[in-house]
Amino acid sequence: MNLTLHVWRQEGPGVPGRMERHEVAGVSPDMSFLEMMDLVNERLVREGKEPVAFEHDCREGICGCCSMVVNGAAHGPKKATTVCQLHMRTFKDGDTITVEPWRAAAFPVVRDLVVDRSALDRVIAAGGFVSVNTGSAPDGNAIPVPKEAADVSMDAAACIGCGACVAACPNASAMLFTAAKVAHLNRLPQGVPEAARRVRAMVEQMDAEGFGACTNHYECMEACPKEIPVRFIAEMNRAWTKASLSAESAAADKAGFG
Amino acid sequence: MALRLDSKVPSGPMDRKWEKHKFDLKLVNPANKRKFRVIVVGSGLAGASAAATLAELGYLVDCFTFHDSARRAHSIAAQGGINAAKNYQNDGDSVHRLFYDTVKGGDFRAREANVHRLAEVSTAIIDQCVAQGVPFAREYGGGLANRSFGGAQVSRTFYARGQTGQQLLLGAYQALQRQVGAGKVTMHTRSEMLDVVVEGGRARGIVTRDLVTGKIESWAADAVVLGTGGYSNVFFLSTNAKACNVTATWRAHRRGAGFANPCFTQIHPTSIPVSNEHASKTTLMSESLRNDGRVWVPLKAGDRRAPDDVPDHERDYYLERRYPSFGNLVPRDVASRAAKIVCDEGRGVGPGGRGVYLDFRDAIQRVGKDTIRQRYGNLFDMYANITGEDPYAVPMRIYPAPHYTMGGLWVDYDLMSTVPGLFVVGEANFSDHGANRLGASALMQGLADGYFVLPYTIGGYLAGAGTSGLKADAPAFLSVAKECAERTKRLLAVPGTRSPDSFHIELGKVMWDECGMARNRTGLERALKKIPEIREAFWKDVRVLGTGDRLNQNLEKAGRVADFLEFAEVMVLDALTREESCGGHFREEHQTSEGEALRNDKDFQHVAVWEWKGDGKAPELTKEPLAFEVVHPSTRSYK
Ligand SMILES: Cc1cc2nc3c(=O)[nH]c(=O)nc-3n(C[C@H](O)[C@H](O)[C@H](O)COP(=O)(O)OP(=O)(O)OC[C@H]3O[C@@H](n4cnc5c(N)ncnc54)[C@H](O)[C@@H]3O)c2cc1C
Ligand code: FES
Repeated sequence: MNLTLHVWRQEGPGVPGRMERHEVAGVSPDMSFLEMMDLVNERLVREGKEPVAFEHDCREGICGCCSMVVNGAAHGPKKATTVCQLHMRTFKDGDTITVEPWRAAAFPVVRDLVVDRSALDRVIAAGGFVSVNTGSAPDGNAIPVPKEAADVSMDAAACIGCGACVAACPNASAMLFTAAKVAHLNRLPQGVPEAARRVRAMVEQMDAEGFGACTNHYECMEACPKEIPVRFIAEMNRAWTKASLSAESAAADKAGFG
Repeated sequence: MALRLDSKVPSGPMDRKWEKHKFDLKLVNPANKRKFRVIVVGSGLAGASAAATLAELGYLVDCFTFHDSARRAHSIAAQGGINAAKNYQNDGDSVHRLFYDTVKGGDFRAREANVHRLAEVSTAIIDQCVAQGVPFAREYGGGLANRSFGGAQVSRTFYARGQTGQQLLLGAYQALQRQVGAGKVTMHTRSEMLDVVVEGGRARGIVTRDLVTGKIESWAADAVVLGTGGYSNVFFLSTNAKACNVTATWRAHRRGAGFANPCFTQIHPTSIPVSNEHASKTTLMSESLRNDGRVWVPLKAGDRRAPDDVPDHERDYYLERRYPSFGNLVPRDVASRAAKIVCDEGRGVGPGGRGVYLDFRDAIQRVGKDTIRQRYGNLFDMYANITGEDPYAVPMRIYPAPHYTMGGLWVDYDLMSTVPGLFVVGEANFSDHGANRLGASALMQGLADGYFVLPYTIGGYLAGAGTSGLKADAPAFLSVAKECAERTKRLLAVPGTRSPDSFHIELGKVMWDECGMARNRTGLERALKKIPEIREAFWKDVRVLGTGDRLNQNLEKAGRVADFLEFAEVMVLDALTREESCGGHFREEHQTSEGEALRNDKDFQHVAVWEWKGDGKAPELTKEPLAFEVVHPSTRSYK
């Protein structure tokens, strides 16, 4: 296959970027999208030009590193598929493809297609955990967990933290990411004691990072490679309202969390 | 001077050693813990669990990873599960049985006392992970579910769908982020360790490169922990994530840490065969597929018919034929080698003839397509996505691929390397798996090291050795930092034409051909000639564009490839020196008349530990003899 590629190039943070055009020949339909990018980079090196920087690692759709907007869609056109698992047979010979980084105020570009997603780590650090020190746990079977709770919790925990939800959202909101963690932990008996504080702290941090608000476009769910459902957002909104009203809130937050 | 290898295995009966040792270890006064700073390199299962636990105990922790977040480590990709001797299924499992299986599965090349401890703490890992909110699979009664994995006779594997590594890592990552939020751990992301600083016979800290600014920085500490993963990517194509590399352990080796059993690598039998010359990695298909899939190739060489057109009597279900009692569930090393043999005979299937069928036709007939979908749906989807074929209709094609490395930095019972103050956890150490690792045991070992072993043993070290006192601007740091900066400059200055990847691919091919699933003297000697040639060509002809003062992925890659090119040599030398077949190390000269591995306990019942002697000098071998007090060496048989 032969393709025309328009790729975002940006030298570093805060400097202007531009689209760069590449004609790519000899693409095999069995290649993954990233292997096609490898091909482009190999050629760039041969020509003495700097290769395109992009994030990737597992190439199996699980690490959450890869992050490209392909033809305007986060992770490209295929549903429930990270860009590393997108194969070139999805495209046709002669296609023109645009490749851009995640775009969001909270995700500044580091270089080319690489962005800084550390805001997501800080949202987790604010409350996305159970406060249990090593060695203090009771036997794994001491507290039964209903199978349904474990299954739905796992649906939410499947989030790979790639940030496609933010990139796809017109408001660059991180609601789906945050809600998935809240849904994962608050549903399990182990997560219940901290449920109210967790949701308050995480939502507060999310706002502080400059993510936008959710206005129910549901683009996040469309882009999510793990198909995390938006009903978790509604669930988080209810939990947040409840937590904000709860009497312990002010005192607990003052006392610090963690 | 040869290495001094004191394993520090405690005295006393096997099942009392760890208890006794924990009591004997000196303790750091709680009020003094915050005077000690510990550097943890790596935030995979081993590193993240260690960093979080050390911070909970009160130590000051700096954690480094080259990823953009602690959550990205390669551990995230583990699929199948984690073992623990809980005996929840009441099927006769016990600490002793897990210990026994691991020693035997490792083909009697692991240290018994370490393995016993691993089996002992395995149960606490599950408790800890459940308490963290890891959503393990459950039964309707609310209890934890188990499955049997990799041919184990008991169901001791805990799992979270096909994403066990992800969920365990997220548990450890969340524990770590909690400490980051509390200000107890300073997380250094996009920060690559380039060297260890050793001064006065003690590890004093590390030197890193900030991958965004290019700044070379020094970090002082009272102890350094490496949890930097395995080196399967020496083969270029492997099931590991692309960034996995040997730099951290190799650089530590050059500073005095002995490298143990580098030739012990695991080739996993069920990966998707590579389909095009630009393939950048191989993708693992979980071993659990062998519970229902039958492995076969055509009887006749060169048979190019579609699988459906090959009638049953012209198929060779070679695992069932050769190993009637274990059949398709023989251990990984045995299954991989058998696949290689039939492909070498010209009976392989698919492009290039490097593949065998994993066929679900009979299972679908027996239990129905829906049941198979329930069991393996996500794996079948992944296969279909990558190959464009429907595995419900046509048999999968699989082929072995490098997957895990049992070798690693030598550590004593306290997980300390031959450099005092330098500890090694997880896949990075030579660990508990001997010459072959059992399925679902790497996650167990990484978390055992990080949550339950290192936090105790490092206390013993710090209580004895005291604070380091050497600051990051001391001459010892400055000179290592200077070396790192010069090496970076040197890489950028080579006026070459080829990408770092192209050298990596070249090296990988040599390693796969000569030091892969089957090895022999001629091939290994050939590799020992070729590797220095590739290395020389690399330093003359590599092309690293751009500058060193900002994100430069080609520069990162070049540094890693340069280290693989040095490391590969000692790996091959180790394979050449070990004149026996054991576990994942198969020397063609040493096999039975039926083609099974022939171990040589008389001459090789030891850990081979290599010491760096300088560039251009041969490394020196020191042996740690292995004694088996409890599990007596026997020949593994799966007939
Ligand atoms: C596809 C696949 C499936 C698997 N499935 C299973 C399974 O089902 N069960 C099982 O038990 N095992 C499984 N394994 C094996 C297991 O996943 C690994 O052995 C284990 O996760 C390794 O953990 P680790 O913490 O030692 O290293 P890793 O998870 O590899 O972490 C290494 C860390 O070190 C950092 N690092 C490395 N070098 C440097 C440096 N120079 N500077 C800074 N940071 C550095 C990395 O950024 C990373 O954070 C699987 C492996 C693969 C490849
Ligand atoms: S590279 Fe890991 S999810 Fe795409």
